[in-house]
Amino acid sequence: MSETTSGLLLAGVGGQGVLLASMIVADALVRAGHDVKQSEVHGMAQRGGSVFGHIRWGSRVDSPLVPLGSAEVLAAFEWAEAIRWVPYVRDGGAVVADIRMIVPPGACSDRRSWSMPYPGIDAEVFASRGLKTRLVDASAIATELGNVRAANNVVLGSLAAFLDIDVVHWEAAIEQFVPRGTEEVNLAAFRAGREASEAQIPLPTVEPEGFSGPHEIDIRHDWCKGCDICSRICPEYCLAVNGDGVLTVTNAEACTGCRLCVLLCPDFAITIHPPQEPATVPVHAVQGGASR
Amino acid sequence: MSIDTERRIEAATSLLLSGNEAVARGAVEAGVLVAVGYPGTPSTEILESIANRQDMYVRWSPNEKVAFDVALGASLGGVRALVTMKHVGLNVAADTFMTAAYTGVGAGLVILVADDPGMHSSQNEQDTRAYARMGFVPLLEPSDSSEAKEFTMLAFDISEEFDIPVLVRTTTRVSHNRGVVKIGARLERPVKGFVSDPAKYVMIPGYARGRRPVLLERIEALTAYVEASSLTVESGSGGDIGVVTASVAHQYVREVLPDARILKLGMTYPLPIERIRAFADSVDRLFVVEELDPHMENDIRLGGIAVEGRAFFPQIGELNPDIVRKGFAEAGILPFAPPESDPAPPTVVRPAIMCPGCSHASPFLALKRLGAVVTGDIGCYTLAALPPLSAMDTCLAMGSSIGMAIGMAASGGADGPVVAAIGDSTFVHGGIPGLSDAVYSQANITVLILDNGTVAMTGGQEHPGTGVTLQGSDTTPLDVVALCKALGVRDVRVVDPYDMAAMYSALESSIAYVGPSVVITNRPCVVSPIKIRDKPYQVIDEACTACQACMTLGCPSIIWSEETFEGRRKVVIDPVTCTGCTVCAQLCPPLAIVPVPDWEGSTDV
Repeated sequence: MSETTSGLLLAGVGGQGVLLASMIVADALVRAGHDVKQSEVHGMAQRGGSVFGHIRWGSRVDSPLVPLGSAEVLAAFEWAEAIRWVPYVRDGGAVVADIRMIVPPGACSDRRSWSMPYPGIDAEVFASRGLKTRLVDASAIATELGNVRAANNVVLGSLAAFLDIDVVHWEAAIEQFVPRGTEEVNLAAFRAGREASEAQIPLPTVEPEGFSGPHEIDIRHDWCKGCDICSRICPEYCLAVNGDGVLTVTNAEACTGCRLCVLLCPDFAITIHPPQEPATVPVHAVQGGASR
Repeated sequence: MSIDTERRIEAATSLLLSGNEAVARGAVEAGVLVAVGYPGTPSTEILESIANRQDMYVRWSPNEKVAFDVALGASLGGVRALVTMKHVGLNVAADTFMTAAYTGVGAGLVILVADDPGMHSSQNEQDTRAYARMGFVPLLEPSDSSEAKEFTMLAFDISEEFDIPVLVRTTTRVSHNRGVVKIGARLERPVKGFVSDPAKYVMIPGYARGRRPVLLERIEALTAYVEASSLTVESGSGGDIGVVTASVAHQYVREVLPDARILKLGMTYPLPIERIRAFADSVDRLFVVEELDPHMENDIRLGGIAVEGRAFFPQIGELNPDIVRKGFAEAGILPFAPPESDPAPPTVVRPAIMCPGCSHASPFLALKRLGAVVTGDIGCYTLAALPPLSAMDTCLAMGSSIGMAIGMAASGGADGPVVAAIGDSTFVHGGIPGLSDAVYSQANITVLILDNGTVAMTGGQEHPGTGVTLQGSDTTPLDVVALCKALGVRDVRVVDPYDMAAMYSALESSIAYVGPSVVITNRPCVVSPIKIRDKPYQVIDEACTACQACMTLGCPSIIWSEETFEGRRKVVIDPVTCTGCTVCAQLCPPLAIVPVPDWEGSTDV
């Protein structure tokens, strides 16, 4: 690596404006007289996926990509993304992170433990690596200024504290790239970000107990007419009407016990039992269903 | 793009441009009059950055084959022409490409092909250099934005000097990398005019046989050209090893071996093999560093030159400075040093997903409930293959869904109704012949055309079905319903995908219809060309029974709450991202999802 080349990473979630922010930073560096290369990925990644931009500057830049462990600073517009990209930061470097949490729907899919694999906010994950850390509540600051979409410039304001670029260049770059008519709020957001105090970190959330096993599904086949209502609504795709018109349990392991099938069955043909609870014959079944 | 690149560029003498913008600028300065293409990551922004020039004809074509034909026609008409596409686009255009090498050009013709090593946004990572060899067409590889402009301009000169189309190959890290570019003046060129020459331009066998030897003569002349060309640059003076490299790999080599002797190639087909031989003779060990397939390495070895490359540098995926460093360490050139960085702490997996309010979600939920075998296609809706929808079984190439559905139905091996799912632009691009076959063969399939009025995946481009040009002006729209009927489809339904019951019923009825049927969804993309927002919805916490029925849609606005019901998580809706499409509310059995009362937030972002 050339001695005079520095690098930084911007990271966030598709749709947050990471690419626009990258263009602002790169433009500010050009205005400050550096050779600059900036690399990004478009296309599918923008659909709610993890998005990053690499920026390198110096007297002469070769690789547009930042080598691992060499970035001066990582600026993240979302908490989990700050964690993802931290290996790129050099020893003694810095992390600027928005404490905004964007939980992807995939994190809400384990219906056995009901736990979300989303990392809790904790500045220690960076401090323990010896990194300087600045957490900002950019969304709150931008909302107060009147446009939550200006949050990225709050983060850039906080990033500016770690880079030796004259504020004139930053502001010119912001005016150049933000949508027409939003220059004022974005500049205000940038200035607020420079002076932003450390964010109040929310308390960790308590996770539910989880469950001890799948519920059991009992079907009274002599009452079921195969109308298909239950199988169409089951959120876990546990039930299906087979080719002979007979309702079958196709995915017993997935039943979470929501009882939609029980509640919607017009023939009272389904009962479900929590795990480890002995099955009981439903009262209405005793009252004569068997003889029909 | 929201940024008026052209305005910025004209005002500057040098500025930061992406590789794509630089290619476009190169075309402008080279005096190109016709620039056409089909959107495809990472090539899309080339045409967009020059869309509004009054002195050029810039258009999206329905597919890459048509684009190539348009560009070739313009070239024969005597004006410089540029055609742009992603790597897999050249497969579509290959028919014209292979024979255009026979006919040669009128004025300069350049084919810009953007490869996607690592498959950031593609279905394969084929290496376009193989086409250069197959077509006997020269290929230039810029390594940054500055070269992207320079090489594009040079490619037009080469095209005219040797009477052949010229490939310029970029990769994601060139196309989507910004670097400083010097801006020059546009070259104004008179229209040369078309000169009829059937023996050159009418490729019936008798004439084509006459052109075939020309291919070989030209590639010999091009080899002589590249041997003497300044496209090959030697640098460095230190050490006993030499590295032959090109494209962005050159930047990585310079990064990790700043003083090494490097032979950097600008044209990688044909190779300047004698220059390489002389370079090899002056070093103890010769390495090749190239992304994807070992084209240069194999050619160098064929030239009888000892070379090392693939043994140390992977053939799969992108290179980067860390990988190149590791390769040279394994070769004993650099001391081995593992990256000075601990792995990241655990964090959440974040794949690409459909947007909040996406009109593609409900049709796939219906298809899953109907137990359909779904042959899919290329577009945002391919994300329906992932949980929780998990409702797509195949996805290969533009337009493949329909033909594959016909074959799947013919096989009798599908355990459910066979449905082809294809977007509007993909249908126009490559789906129409397939639907024609479905009618011709009376295939018992349903074709679901997900018409959201844009090429969404690449960022919202126009196509013939939108009735809007690249410049944003109105033109005659292709009428998809009338087209399907004209092709002979009897059962054509148009349905609102935000009406879950109607969506389900339409698909259920069309599947029941014996013979080819078409269901067309008619809600626009919620993010382009304009962001669509309505009053957001919320969950009444006391009413939510935590059944998770709403979460079967996979909408990113719906996540788990901290509240529970019978030990299960309830859900909440993010009012900032919810578009108010109402589909989740329709799915909610206890009617717990309702509009946010008195919403006064912005409905346009």
